[in-house]
Amino acid sequence: MTTTTHDVEITADERVPTIEIVREFDAAPQQVFRAHVDPDLYARWVGPHSLTTRITKWDARTGGEWAFANDRDGEEIASFFGSFHEVRPNERIVWTFTYEGMPDEVFLETLTFEPLDGGRTRLRVFSVTDSFESRDGMLASGMDQGVREGYEKLDALLEAHVS
Amino acid sequence: MVDKETATERLNRAFAALSDPTRRDLVARLAGGDATVGELAEHYDMSLQAVSKHVKVLGEAGLVTRTKDAQRRPVHLDAEVFDLMTAWIERYRREAEERYRRLDALLAEQAADETRARTDTRDAS
Repeated sequence: MTTTTHDVEITADERVPTIEIVREFDAAPQQVFRAHVDPDLYARWVGPHSLTTRITKWDARTGGEWAFANDRDGEEIASFFGSFHEVRPNERIVWTFTYEGMPDEVFLETLTFEPLDGGRTRLRVFSVTDSFESRDGMLASGMDQGVREGYEKLDALLEAHVS
Repeated sequence: MVDKETATERLNRAFAALSDPTRRDLVARLAGGDATVGELAEHYDMSLQAVSKHVKVLGEAGLVTRTKDAQRRPVHLDAEVFDLMTAWIERYRREAEERYRRLDALLAEQAADETRARTDTRDAS
């Protein structure tokens, strides 16, 4: 069996508002690609365990559109939409991503599926947006307890500097 | 209740302050120990005022503090903000990792299904 590198590598550039994620998979690019364009498969892994992902629009071809919502106990708590700018089978997907709660913000994401030895794949997700505020908001997304605590800690810290 | 927008703005200021190469260099120097603006200025081909201005921006972003009581008023790097940003990125990384572990499981399941399907076809023939 080939050596498996599982941990996500992430880079948030301090000069430009980008996020890059790199992750390897023990499956061929065809499989990893399919899990990104087949709506039934995508819905099964993209959302957190505690939420249900409900696909509402899905046209995974160049120029197509997508939309999905996250439900908790049957109630919608967040929704997202975008366009498939380019779908190049088994190689590359370029799509836009907007969280409906922040309708003026948009991320342009380029996903590349690079074949590795042993039938494995290296996935790269490069996201770019137009401001650091949007980018940092994305990094802080999820809005769970950890984030709130993070903000509280930051507030306290910054207040300490002011006083 | 914490104002999320304001906090984001503040974090944004910390990132923005570090977008300047001189300020990044100042931070790197201060990581080695506190220094006065005068001491810092010795390393740069710019006026004391210019260096002082950079230090001010770092201060406004909450990245450095200046000791008030000491006469020299040395600049001190506040590492906690960095720790916080690192923590945010780390948490985002962990979320991505969890998402991709779900994808790992799905891919493994599919591979198993395919193997089973092939076996079934062979058995049927």
